[in-house]
Amino acid sequence: MKTFQLIRPKDSAQAITATAKTKTAQQGAEIRFIAGGTTLIDLMKLRVEQPQNLVDLNRLPLDKIEATSDGGLTIGALVRNSELAHHPLVRKNYAVLSEAILSGATVQIRNMATTAGNLLQRTRCMYFRDPAMPCNKREQGSGCGAINGANRGLAILGTSEHCIATNPSDMNVAMAALEATIHVRGPKGERSIPIADFHVLPGNTPQRETVLEPGDLITHVTLPPPAPGTRSLYLKLRDRASYEFALASAAVIVTVADGKVTRARVALGGIGTKPWRSPEAEKELTGQSATEAVFRKAAEAALRDAKPQSQNGFKVELAKRCLIHALKLVIQSA
Amino acid sequence: MPGSLSASKDAIPVTLSVNGTQHDLRIDPRTTLLDCLREHLHLTGSKKGCDHGQCGACTVHINGRRQLSCLSFAALHEGEEITTIEGLGHPENMHPMQAAFVTCDAYQCGYCTSGQIMSAVALLKEPCGPEDAEVQEFMSGNICRCGAYQNIVAAIQSVRKGAKAQKLE
Repeated sequence: MKTFQLIRPKDSAQAITATAKTKTAQQGAEIRFIAGGTTLIDLMKLRVEQPQNLVDLNRLPLDKIEATSDGGLTIGALVRNSELAHHPLVRKNYAVLSEAILSGATVQIRNMATTAGNLLQRTRCMYFRDPAMPCNKREQGSGCGAINGANRGLAILGTSEHCIATNPSDMNVAMAALEATIHVRGPKGERSIPIADFHVLPGNTPQRETVLEPGDLITHVTLPPPAPGTRSLYLKLRDRASYEFALASAAVIVTVADGKVTRARVALGGIGTKPWRSPEAEKELTGQSATEAVFRKAAEAALRDAKPQSQNGFKVELAKRCLIHALKLVIQSA
Repeated sequence: MPGSLSASKDAIPVTLSVNGTQHDLRIDPRTTLLDCLREHLHLTGSKKGCDHGQCGACTVHINGRRQLSCLSFAALHEGEEITTIEGLGHPENMHPMQAAFVTCDAYQCGYCTSGQIMSAVALLKEPCGPEDAEVQEFMSGNICRCGAYQNIVAAIQSVRKGAKAQKLE
């Protein structure tokens, strides 16, 4: 591991000032925030990330979960994944979020990993994680080893000719379906970013994964109040029963009245270069009967633009069946 | 060895509380908590398996919660209470979970055992359901390449049942 200096800011303002000097907040940043460290320290050991400075956020008072006046929820950036998943309000009002978090990693990692860190979780693409391999995300212009390479676990939606890396997070998929808002404080002040706009597609710049700029500190995430009569569920399909990343997953939030879906929110995981909200599937569901035929139409719509790679063609049908099954289960849960 | 480790020009002062004892150290900021425990404090019960957070052999408790000491820097843990397997019990005075691992033969080579026991002890206070399958899920972060899983689950269940019986008495 390359050596670095550890900075211990007294407050958020100091943390932002210290980090604002980095040229980029994206891949290869010279100055990085550190909280749980479960992604960053791993990547530093692999020399995929080599920051010269680490700014320790762990003492900042950003670790509260609180109900908002409108019935929603505020989640501090430093709230650990375990705490969030087991919080009574999350279990009661946002089951999909609790289930998504508990389906990922292990107890030890969930005790360490933070809400903001999970939003920034890096891909598990083996070409990204191995500096001996070509990877446009890690080293611009070096090529993509995954295209025509070992791409079984990689993305089929949102890819480009430069990068097909999957966003590996389960939490992000639930957050996308829940229409979370990410609150950021930076050198120029505060701003709020809908999660749909937070992660960016790889396009020509796969090294850029989010809209964050140097010095931008995620302070908290807010969730809107749950729609009345809503039910939600997270279904994850993977190679083994525990401690494995998704091959395909689905976060579904639906309201059903008189056998008809009156409101639907759908996001897919394990298949996209970012947490994959599917307005196409939502459109097919809304106003329709809650039947398998309708669910199949929604799944077809969600995967219409899928672009399978040499080894992951199975993901197209797997993701469809995952969404159909998730919708069946959530309807049955009434 | 510890001398050469702490002599780095980049060393910084770090105070750690481990098993109830305060340690004033000078360490390179790159030192993981695991390396600090093993190489600086000579607490070699916590093991280095994968060093990437995938095996659980390095599991310790930080403020009562189980965490992976290989995936964290020691310097991030000032002011926190760190407990390792050495702080849990000794051969003459074993923690009930350590005793259950012996009774149930819940290990073969023993390399993963301290991490398994640290996880198992933490599990007792976690919202884990009563079934074996739930114990397996809660223990999925601790890999045993000898495959002692059945007996590990048996050891944990025996301690849980014992604790429940005690409460009822």
